[in-house]
Amino acid sequence: MMAKKPDLRRFPGFLPLTVLCVFLLYAPLIIVAVYSFNDSPSITLWGGVSLRWYEDVFWGPESDKFKQAAINSFVIAVAAASTATVIATMAATAMLRAGSFRGKGASFALINLPLMVPEIVTAVATLIFFSAIGFTTGILTILIAHIVFCIPFAYLPIAARMEGIEDVYEQAAQDLYATRWEAFRLILLPLMTPGILSGFLLAFIISLDDFIITNFVKGAGVETLPTAIFGAVKQGIKPNIMAISTLLLAVSILFVTLSYFSGRMGQNRK
Amino acid sequence: MAGGIGSGPGKSARTYAGFGVTLILPAWLVIGIFLVVPIGIMLVYSFLTKEFRGGVIWEFSLAAYDQFFFDRGLFGDDPPKIEWTYILIFWRSIWQAGLATLLSLLIGFPTAWFIATRPASTRTIWLFLITVPYWVNLLIRTISMKFLIRDNGPLNTWLLETGVISEPIHLINTWVAVQLGLFYSYLPFMVLPIYAAVERYNFALSEAAADLYASRFVTLTQIIIPVVKPGIIAGCILVFVPSLGSFLAPDLLGGAKNFMIGSLIDEQFKGAAGNWPFGAAAAMILLSMVLIVLIFYARSQNRQEGA
Repeated sequence: MMAKKPDLRRFPGFLPLTVLCVFLLYAPLIIVAVYSFNDSPSITLWGGVSLRWYEDVFWGPESDKFKQAAINSFVIAVAAASTATVIATMAATAMLRAGSFRGKGASFALINLPLMVPEIVTAVATLIFFSAIGFTTGILTILIAHIVFCIPFAYLPIAARMEGIEDVYEQAAQDLYATRWEAFRLILLPLMTPGILSGFLLAFIISLDDFIITNFVKGAGVETLPTAIFGAVKQGIKPNIMAISTLLLAVSILFVTLSYFSGRMGQNRK
Repeated sequence: MAGGIGSGPGKSARTYAGFGVTLILPAWLVIGIFLVVPIGIMLVYSFLTKEFRGGVIWEFSLAAYDQFFFDRGLFGDDPPKIEWTYILIFWRSIWQAGLATLLSLLIGFPTAWFIATRPASTRTIWLFLITVPYWVNLLIRTISMKFLIRDNGPLNTWLLETGVISEPIHLINTWVAVQLGLFYSYLPFMVLPIYAAVERYNFALSEAAADLYASRFVTLTQIIIPVVKPGIIAGCILVFVPSLGSFLAPDLLGGAKNFMIGSLIDEQFKGAAGNWPFGAAAAMILLSMVLIVLIFYARSQNRQEGA
């Protein structure tokens, strides 16, 4: 009798819609990636496959600008993601391992606040703040702004991981006369590694990708890759922009994949 | 390990009891000083007087909010009329964000459902495919869209060659382009929370409905949608809120004629033509609108848990 029943999980048309959804998400990216290999100075006509625009990105007339922007982006992303990961790990330990304390209820909302405030509002508020206290905008202001919005992105995988680890291991360590610091360093932290890595990588991508907030607080003369790309696109889309976009796309996909697998590595551990 | 998700120590673990405040303090300090305080200062700035080179004079003024809502003529002494320019920009932002939400829901719900009902192995692949664009640089995704829909871009070329159209469709710098950009930007935000809700859905409910001769459509509208509603609402908020304050889509795809709130605010902080108090006021109004949406969401969640 069960076998004759139609599959209740299936709805007609949902498969084509899913395929359409994935197609819509990827088609523009794939087209730009394909055209970045176009051997033609026109972005419209196809002139065969070549790597000339990648050469242009690395050695062409604008390469110094993009290299400096890439270095800035990378340094800021490493520094912001590392700081945010440390802060988020401490915060997750407080929220999940420290019983109750004053302000615990508000803490969760506070950690997630950067996700709830629209980016343009954060950008304006941060610019006004640095201007009001007379702080010159530059790399340091970008870094501070990035740390703020990286915290919730680092926190989510770290807290999810910590929630899945029972505290019996730390208790066992403490029963065997480990101090709390030792229990943290030798037991909890190694168990947390996949979550912390996943959090760091997500914070890194988020920092690397940010445009709006960076554009407000960067000050004159300082560029990150997204602001440099945006500046170039304002003059029109040129083939070298497609090459550099494709490179950044590859970096994002690489890091998401790494983060995804480091998160799963943790889940599969028995 | 003794159990799966949910069997962990949860919120009762107390290994580091007494250190809670110390451990949470860095997060409080960083977010407090560099986000909460700045929003407070922004509120103050919205009540200051504008300085002509960009910046402010420390003198209390309601001029920013007044300029937003009222038109007092060129010299400021006409009887106040309602100023529609900015209200219309906000209104357009609201309905464009709303339409983006609706479009994302129409394609996001079937996608989320389909993925959640796959066997575990293929489900991971589908889910990964949806997750990747979520993390790809928004600027690059917007540029890709701009490249695709240009007058002589790949989309028009392809449609012309296949004979679907005889003249290029002019999309770029229209509201339709902005709409496409918003939809494309935030579509993954709709799929993921609905997926999470469908994954927890108990299919015994569908079986019970089928046993009682409910049609597929009735099961969908009367059973499934009400049960996964929290995921749908979360998805709608995750699409609506960033769409409302979006800057890149209207700026790169909409051009000068299709302003949204984000572009209006941005303009106030660029160069000498800017008006910082007005920009701060517009940002405060946007933030208030988002807070209203979030409070509405939190209340609906509470009611769900209370029921």
